[in-house]
Amino acid sequence: MTVLAVGITALLFSACKQNGSVKDATSAVKGDAAEEVYVAPGEYDEFYAFLSGGYSGNITAYGLPSGRLLKEIPVFSKYPENGYGYSEETKPFFNTSYGEVPWDDAHHIELSQTDGKFDGRWLFVNANNTPRIAKIDLQTFKTTEIIEIPDVAGLHCAPFITENSEYLVSGTRFSVPMPQKDVPIDSYKENFQGRVNYVSVDQETGEMSLSFQIQMPGFNYDLARNGKGVSHGWTFLTTYNSEEAHTMLEKNASQRDKDLMAVINWKKAEEHLEQGKGKEQKTSYYHNVMDESTGIVESEVKKSTTLLNPGDCEGMVYFVPVPKSPHGCDVSPSGEYLIGNGKLSADMTVFSFSKLKQAIENEQFAGDHNGIPIIDYEASLHGVLKEAGLGPLHTEFDGKGNAYTTFFISSEVVKWDLEETTVVDRKETYYSPGHLTIPGGETKEPYGKYLLAMNKITKDRYLPTGPELAHSAQLYNIEGEKMELILDFPTKGEPHYAQAIPADMIQPGVKKYHKLEENEHPYVAKGEGKAKVVRDGNEVHVYMTAIRSHFAPDNIEGIKMGDEVYFHVTNLEQSWDVPHGFTVQGAHEGGLLVMPGETLTLKWEPVKPGVFPFYCTDFCSALHQEMSGYVRVSPKGSDVELQWSLDEES
Amino acid sequence: MNISLNMNYMKIQKLTIALCILIFAASCGGLGSENETGTQKTTKKNKAEKEKPEADPKGIGEVENVNLTDPLNENMIESGKAIYEMKCASCHKLGQDRVVGPGFADITNRRRPEWIMNMITNTDVMLEEDPVARKMLEECLTRMPNQGLTIGDARDVLEYMRKNDMKQVGKKDQAVKDEQSS
Ligand code: HEC
Ligand SMILES: [Cu+2]
Repeated sequence: MTVLAVGITALLFSACKQNGSVKDATSAVKGDAAEEVYVAPGEYDEFYAFLSGGYSGNITAYGLPSGRLLKEIPVFSKYPENGYGYSEETKPFFNTSYGEVPWDDAHHIELSQTDGKFDGRWLFVNANNTPRIAKIDLQTFKTTEIIEIPDVAGLHCAPFITENSEYLVSGTRFSVPMPQKDVPIDSYKENFQGRVNYVSVDQETGEMSLSFQIQMPGFNYDLARNGKGVSHGWTFLTTYNSEEAHTMLEKNASQRDKDLMAVINWKKAEEHLEQGKGKEQKTSYYHNVMDESTGIVESEVKKSTTLLNPGDCEGMVYFVPVPKSPHGCDVSPSGEYLIGNGKLSADMTVFSFSKLKQAIENEQFAGDHNGIPIIDYEASLHGVLKEAGLGPLHTEFDGKGNAYTTFFISSEVVKWDLEETTVVDRKETYYSPGHLTIPGGETKEPYGKYLLAMNKITKDRYLPTGPELAHSAQLYNIEGEKMELILDFPTKGEPHYAQAIPADMIQPGVKKYHKLEENEHPYVAKGEGKAKVVRDGNEVHVYMTAIRSHFAPDNIEGIKMGDEVYFHVTNLEQSWDVPHGFTVQGAHEGGLLVMPGETLTLKWEPVKPGVFPFYCTDFCSALHQEMSGYVRVSPKGSDVELQWSLDEES
Repeated sequence: MNISLNMNYMKIQKLTIALCILIFAASCGGLGSENETGTQKTTKKNKAEKEKPEADPKGIGEVENVNLTDPLNENMIESGKAIYEMKCASCHKLGQDRVVGPGFADITNRRRPEWIMNMITNTDVMLEEDPVARKMLEECLTRMPNQGLTIGDARDVLEYMRKNDMKQVGKKDQAVKDEQSS
């Protein structure tokens, strides 16, 4: 009944929007909004915002407040623009225990932290569909590592970071038979389990490793946050489907008045691990890491994980009830307040961490689920924000005592006072926001200033582009008592979550080119004199150099039908922003975009004899059109000898 | 304009541009640099005066004074050669011929060591502001890249250039000696 009511309200809302939206939106903008987002030509934005791309599988970097798109960073999807996933070096990124998976659904951005604050070292993002977590290096804005998470399904709840980047915490969205096996679906209650996963991060290199997993009841683990400050050492995960339904979840997983939020003491988990309580589990998953000195991704197959069972590990896992199917819990800057976002409830539940801890100490439990204690709801409650809007989804903070929550169904952002649990201000969004982000809004010390709402519905916001539209994002200035809408811009893919960080925490460290001296690629040609072509059976390796505006060699003969030709292109430039491109006619693997000092490899299998051009696809210099060459392909068994030259010199 | 010839104005303009490029390219080639070398002694000063009176023969950049020593330092030569082969050889040959940039033969007789090292380490500024470098760019049309050399690296390359000049033309450092004698 409630669901129906909510649905009708949603309909009403969107109907209103359809009618008067342009007018509404215009009147919602103050006269000097343009000035606030204007970043003059030649000047820089104050913040980098990293938006996940959802089903694009990638990440975008925007400047705030201008909304300028700075770069799309390919992560889980092949990206023809720069050869990511096409070059031989980067192909292994997509290796998984399901074979090559060159796409995914990228949801949550997590910037690395030190002492509960962003530190600008790395960025992590999860793949929902074929569970993985990727690391992006913030000096190069390149994906440098992807680790698969085994024995989970739908890694939506990831990769939530702890205060000092000790762990990236994730939970399974779908519970599955454990170990995976062929069983009737209706044996769910008996066979299906959940997992919460702790991936540790090497503080020197950022390298990820699956440290341990915790066996959990067969719920759907939805979203999580880790404690900070007073609550450091704890993880809070919202779940739905405590009914353990396996069909028509829409109805069957919303039966109960309250669902359960999992509360995990991971410091305790570490103690249990140390005492040898972890059990080795046989499994199989991939870990793909790029070697910085070669740019080559190596895949390693891992064969086991360590599993902790709450039954053997006292004081590690608890539950606490929250109103119906909450979507995420967010932790206030001090670490004291945990906000359960109601999703199907109009209310927001605010727990107090100190009360929660007290309740655990006093054993104020209201029963258990499979032996896991359920903490008394009332005993841990700080307050409830009543009916602030419809469909509360996500909350961030400004560091001045306010929380900001998106309301999906009523299409608005609501600012409210954490201590008093009272509404301070509300502004419409266009339309139906999912996540929002405030620079540092998830950390101990939010920078505040702006709020970016990422909307799920665009409709009439921009010039129409047919049935398929870009998702919209809106920027609000939140410096004053009232929020001000100042900018509206289309985004790429379906941004779920984003994080924004002051530009000066990244900009000074950004790498401008790769040093040739440090290039240890096995097929590098460090200098034109090192350019050559080597045959190894039917593999032909071209050690090619590129500099404005020629390749060496640029005439290659003696390739035969049936050969696999590998063009290893080294860009000899040593200054910023002089990439060279490379492709050859009929290349099935797209093209390369090679950064200065880098070596990338394009595989080419000729399909017919003849002479085929290759050329630089990047407008690198005034003589860019001249940057080209020929490769001659002869029939199998022909006696044309392998030879190569530049300017008729070999 | 030759509109009476029934040729489209745009075409003519394109043609003219193409022709200009050809002419420039030729002057950046072997011939151009030979000319410059051949008449070095007599014309260098005049030329500088005519173009831009304030042209500094040491160029613009951090390098203000280079101490040239003899005999040549073999360690520096070895390092300079390695750097040359990795980062310069694709555009500069050791003889007179131009490929992308001018051949290196005779360079230490034409240019002061400070100018050479500034050209290598402060390339963008040199190409913008130094009249000699700027003129070369106008002729060659490809921008010489900054190849990320430290001052020490550039000094090693210079030592290698001095050795190369002895081999190619039998004399070196003439640009400094000229200045001292005048
Ligand atoms: C991409 C091609 C390219 C590379 C690589 C390159 N140069 Fe150049 N260089 C040029 C061009 C072209 C010029 C002429 C000026 C211009 O057009 O920018 C030039 C000019 C010079 C000059 C002045 C020559 C003269 O006759 O006065 C020196 C010295 C020089 N380069 C040194 C080097 C050194 C040393 C390296 C390697 C560290 C190097 N260059 C790498 C293209 C290059
Ligand atoms: Cu090019």
